[in-house]
Formats: sequence, C-alpha cells, structure tokens
Amino acid sequence: MAEHIVPKRIYFAIFAALMMLTGATVIVAQYNLGRWNAIVAMTIAVLKATLVVLYFMHVRYSSRLTWVFVCAGFFWLAIMIALTLSDFMTRTWLPIAQ
Amino acid sequence: MADTHIATHTGLAHHFDDIEQQREAGTLGMWAFLVTEVMFFGGLFLAYILYRGKYSESFEAASAHLNWKLGFFNTIVLICSSLTMALGVYYSQVGNRKKLIAFLALTELLGLTFLAVKAYEYHDKWTHNLVPGLQQFKWEGHGNPANVEMFYWLYFAMTGVHALHMIIGIGIIGVLILMARRGRFTPEYHSPVEISGLYWHFVDIVWIFLFPLLYLLGAHLSH
Repeated sequence: MAEHIVPKRIYFAIFAALMMLTGATVIVAQYNLGRWNAIVAMTIAVLKATLVVLYFMHVRYSSRLTWVFVCAGFFWLAIMIALTLSDFMTRTWLPIAQ
Repeated sequence: MADTHIATHTGLAHHFDDIEQQREAGTLGMWAFLVTEVMFFGGLFLAYILYRGKYSESFEAASAHLNWKLGFFNTIVLICSSLTMALGVYYSQVGNRKKLIAFLALTELLGLTFLAVKAYEYHDKWTHNLVPGLQQFKWEGHGNPANVEMFYWLYFAMTGVHALHMIIGIGIIGVLILMARRGRFTPEYHSPVEISGLYWHFVDIVWIFLFPLLYLLGAHLSH
C-alpha cells in the first residue's frame, strides 16, 4: 500500500469548513438559548474535530488498524464520561438517607 | 538481502522489512500515544463537565470575564497553523524542501503567536487576582467566589497543559526545520514530519473543544 498524498485543494476545503464552523459557533454563543447553547457548541466542536482527524490527520486514508486505534481511544473516552455521568446524574433519584 | 533495501533508503531502520512497514508502524505508534493523550485531557474535560453541571451560574459568570475575542483570535491562529502544517506534510511527501521549510517556519510562527496571546491573557488574569493557588483569589462579580475559583482552576489547568503541549510542539517543529535544512527528508522517508503533524493537529483539536467550553460559555452575558 503506497502512501496516499492528500491533494492541496482538500486541505484548503477543510480549512474553509473549519473557519465557517468557528464563525457559526461564535455567532450562536452570543444568544442565550439555554440548554441549546451547549448542544450546538458541542455538535460544532465534534464536527470540526472529525474533519481534522479524517483529513488533516489522514485517518480517512489510513489502514484499518489505525482506524481501530483511533476509535478505541474515543470509545474509551465515551465510556469514562457516560459511566461517570450515569452516577452523578442519578444520585438524587432514590431517597436514600444521607 | 535486506542490505539492498538499506542501501536504497537511508531512513530505513534495520528491524523493518521495508519503508512502507516502517511508516505504518510510526503512524500507529503516534496514534497509540495520542490515545493516551485523549484519556489525559479527557479526565480534565470530565472534571469540567461535572463542575459546570453543579455550579452552572458561577461558571457562566466566570466565563463571561474571559475575553472571547482573544480566544476566537487564537482559534483562528491554530486552525491556520493546522493548515500550514498539513501543507508542510504535503511538501515533504512531494519532496519540495524549500516549501517544506517555509511551511514549517510558518507553523512555528503561528504557534508562537498563539502563546504570546495566551501569555497576555494569563498576565491579565494575574493582575485581577484570578489565579487560584498562587494568589489570594478575588471575585466581586456574579456567582459564588469559591465556585468561580473552581472555574479558573480548570481554566488554568486545561489551557496550561494545552500551552505546554504547544511549547513541546514548537520545539519539535524547530528540530524538523533543522532536519529539513540538512536534507534528511525525501518523498520515501519523511515520517518525522508526518507524525509530528499528527501531534500538532491533535493539540489543535484539544483547543477546538476548549474554546467553546471556556470562552463561549458566558459570551452571551458579556455584552
């Protein structure tokens, strides 16, 4: 498998997309949307991070084994956050004497 | 047998079959390291999530005191530096040494710009007595001062560790520039540029999350 050379125009397209998403997240943050502020901000951040990982970091063109490494990392992060929140968010659900 | 390979590729280490296998191993090794970095920063992000949920009003008030325009500027600087790094990798792949050096130098310059703005911000927080641990923390705005202090503790921990990664990255790129000037990279062998690029982009990703979480959280309050 020869090394894949990503064409320059893809880098410029990703750069433009990252800039526009940054602008969008800044504009949305000027308004108080309550809960939606965090949801929009994190959706945009995850989208930007995905673009960087896939194109700037070449994961889209990398071997399956690289995919496994990358997915494992974010999967474990998701486990850490999900399990911790499942504890913190449910602590007041049951009336247990303190 | 293997000696013929070594003769054709000066960058090939003896324990690899060919340059392709070596490149693949380098990429995987870097990703293994980056996965540990995901977990490392992940712990700080988790702490942030929990305390922001608990002290949401104080966190918004504390965030509103940060200058989101400076954070925005630094976000632009880092995205530009990711583009210049990606182009540097491109020119190392096609073997254009002059442009490789130029784009590495540009990346270096953008990284230093980021740190300069960061230093200015830290200094501003210091003069307002907002550095937990090193100063008597003072807060007269909205929110509970103890909870605002927690925000600033997380702010300095997260941006501080991020800035440390930037400093290391700038050092690595400095070494790459020296290696490139000595003609150490060829279209066959440029793994150091490629995997340093992975590191640089990862540090950019961390900032992509830090910017909305720290700076934009209270942006709607600041005007």
